[in-house]
Amino acid sequence: MKEQNEQLEHLAEIRTMMERSSRFLSLSGLSGISAGIIALAGAFAAYQYMGWEAFSSHEVYETNAMRGGRDYTSFLIADALVVIVLALLSGFYFTWRKAKKKGYQIWTPTARRLAINLLIPLATGGIFCLILIFKYHLVGLVAPATLIFYGLTLLNASKYTLDEIRYLGISEIILGLIATFYIGYGLLFWAIGFGVLHIVYGALMFNKYER
Amino acid sequence: MGIISKFNKAFENRIRLGVMSILMVNDWVEFNRFKELIDDVTDGNLASHLKALEKLEYIVVRKAFIGRKPQTSYAATEAGRQAFNDHLDALEAILRKRD
Repeated sequence: MKEQNEQLEHLAEIRTMMERSSRFLSLSGLSGISAGIIALAGAFAAYQYMGWEAFSSHEVYETNAMRGGRDYTSFLIADALVVIVLALLSGFYFTWRKAKKKGYQIWTPTARRLAINLLIPLATGGIFCLILIFKYHLVGLVAPATLIFYGLTLLNASKYTLDEIRYLGISEIILGLIATFYIGYGLLFWAIGFGVLHIVYGALMFNKYER
Repeated sequence: MGIISKFNKAFENRIRLGVMSILMVNDWVEFNRFKELIDDVTDGNLASHLKALEKLEYIVVRKAFIGRKPQTSYAATEAGRQAFNDHLDALEAILRKRD
């Protein structure tokens, strides 16, 4: 029996070493929650600025982009940029805190691998959306496109960090596809995808790994 | 017991087991990276276990200079992978027997 316990310990050690060396495990659930809250605040700000009509139009094109002297497109882009920067900063902070608490290094080869595999699909989606806006004025397609690209990004990243991120990725993709049927309600889908889903996922992960 | 005899003595030690596990899923791993990943290991201890695995030809060493700093990296050989897989099979067999 003693022998078998020893073998079980060996297996546990092998598993830990393989995981720790190939995946970035410091990602904190709190990062997800804070990013979600910031996204909801950003969506609320956009709602306050534009009201409901600006995004309940069923047009793909930018028909309501200028109304009462307000430039909705510029506001939305600025709002989205502020949200992304703040969400990333808070995300980094909580992840850094978790790594420090567990005594892990942050900028490891696994972190670099995760960063590269996040950035490639994410940048592709970002550039694609900028082209949609500035070349074709297809503002209505931006919300579905960001959700779908973000979902694919997470799906790709799940190989290099907590495996559960794939479920968040799949949820974002499904939401993005649904959003494609309801052009004009982009802000609502953004609030669900980047706000609510992040908070739910972050809370689940925090509960599972950090309590 | 036949199963026990299949156990590879080279992997009985926790540090060697850790080194091989890491090298099974990574191409080239630096000395300092092992120190980060494996809990409670000193430089000397790690170096001697790496040396032992090298002598068995389970791992190979590559020395390079990054700027002026020497950097030593390690990778598993085909023989090392095979030996480690056999060891895993033996572990699996033992655990299956228990049911």
